[in-house]
Amino acid sequence: MGAGVCFVASAIRRSSFLKYFFLNLYVILSLCADLLRQFVLRFYGLDSSEYSYAYYYTDCLLTVALFVAVISLASRVFAELNLGKHVRTVAVLLLLGTAGFSYAVVAQSAHRLVTMFAFELSQNLYFVGLVLTYLLWGAVLKLQETRTRVVQMVLSLGLYFSAYAGSFALANLAPKYVFVQYLGPILGCFLPISWSLTLLRHSEDSRLTPARLVAVPR
Amino acid sequence: MMAAFILAFSLLTLLMFFVSYCRSLTASSLHTSITEDVRDVTGIQVRAAGRDYARVMQILQLCPDRPEDRSGLQIVAAYYSFLNLLDQGFAKIFPAVRPWAEEERAGCAHFAAVALGRRIALNREMLAQQVEL
Repeated sequence: MGAGVCFVASAIRRSSFLKYFFLNLYVILSLCADLLRQFVLRFYGLDSSEYSYAYYYTDCLLTVALFVAVISLASRVFAELNLGKHVRTVAVLLLLGTAGFSYAVVAQSAHRLVTMFAFELSQNLYFVGLVLTYLLWGAVLKLQETRTRVVQMVLSLGLYFSAYAGSFALANLAPKYVFVQYLGPILGCFLPISWSLTLLRHSEDSRLTPARLVAVPR
Repeated sequence: MMAAFILAFSLLTLLMFFVSYCRSLTASSLHTSITEDVRDVTGIQVRAAGRDYARVMQILQLCPDRPEDRSGLQIVAAYYSFLNLLDQGFAKIFPAVRPWAEEERAGCAHFAAVALGRRIALNREMLAQQVEL
């Protein structure tokens, strides 16, 4: 929670709150979700259906917010080619398509349809976000993006999505190890910490050499 | 089987993003040249080499800390250790990796040297303030 507050505070301090509004929105929503989950957990307990609803609905909301954050970075990267508007249109279509697909998957189970839909949408949209981040990184390299902040924010997203996917896979492969359960919450702090460091370390005008970004130079 | 594939793929992409992130950090210091003070204390002649990193880090620890440099230096230190590991293990099988790893370590040393320059400047400033008092 501290990491989220730190990011929003750094964004305000560096006058970048509106510039990175959707990133801030995601972090603020995740703070609110944490508070709500804590509240429900304290009053209803871990095994209650109230906690399950609160957990899955907030998770779905956060995944949508993260998807929007990825799109906001994509439209920044493509803005110089005047493709920002097209990126947003594609994003809306992707979101609607994913929602439609998720609905089609859960439509058969009339029992707890809304909760199942929230869970399915969250999972599918997370996967779409992951693929989009990889594509966005490809675009950053191809378009030779030089803005340090944008580059590091996209890289942070890539690190986060890769680590999260890895932690899910590890949880499936080795469920008996306790440390695996803590990976998710630890990774949750990564994005706001990494984004705040980027905001504090670099100014909006800071630029870097695009050739230095490729992991293995060609 | 599927989980193992996802784990392998995500570890690979994690590594790729980690290297790129560290390169973006070291790249941000490339525009700044190493100051004369740093050249004097570290013995770096024209440009920093990978082997200079350890010496620069030792001197860095003697200077007053700048909190804004701390996280970047920690990440670059992790990257440097990773490169050493790569050089000692992977490079024995694929020798072509060695020049690349050395170039990267030189970037780490340059990053640390630039941070050292900032710390020396801060040290000078503090000394000047004390003299004024």
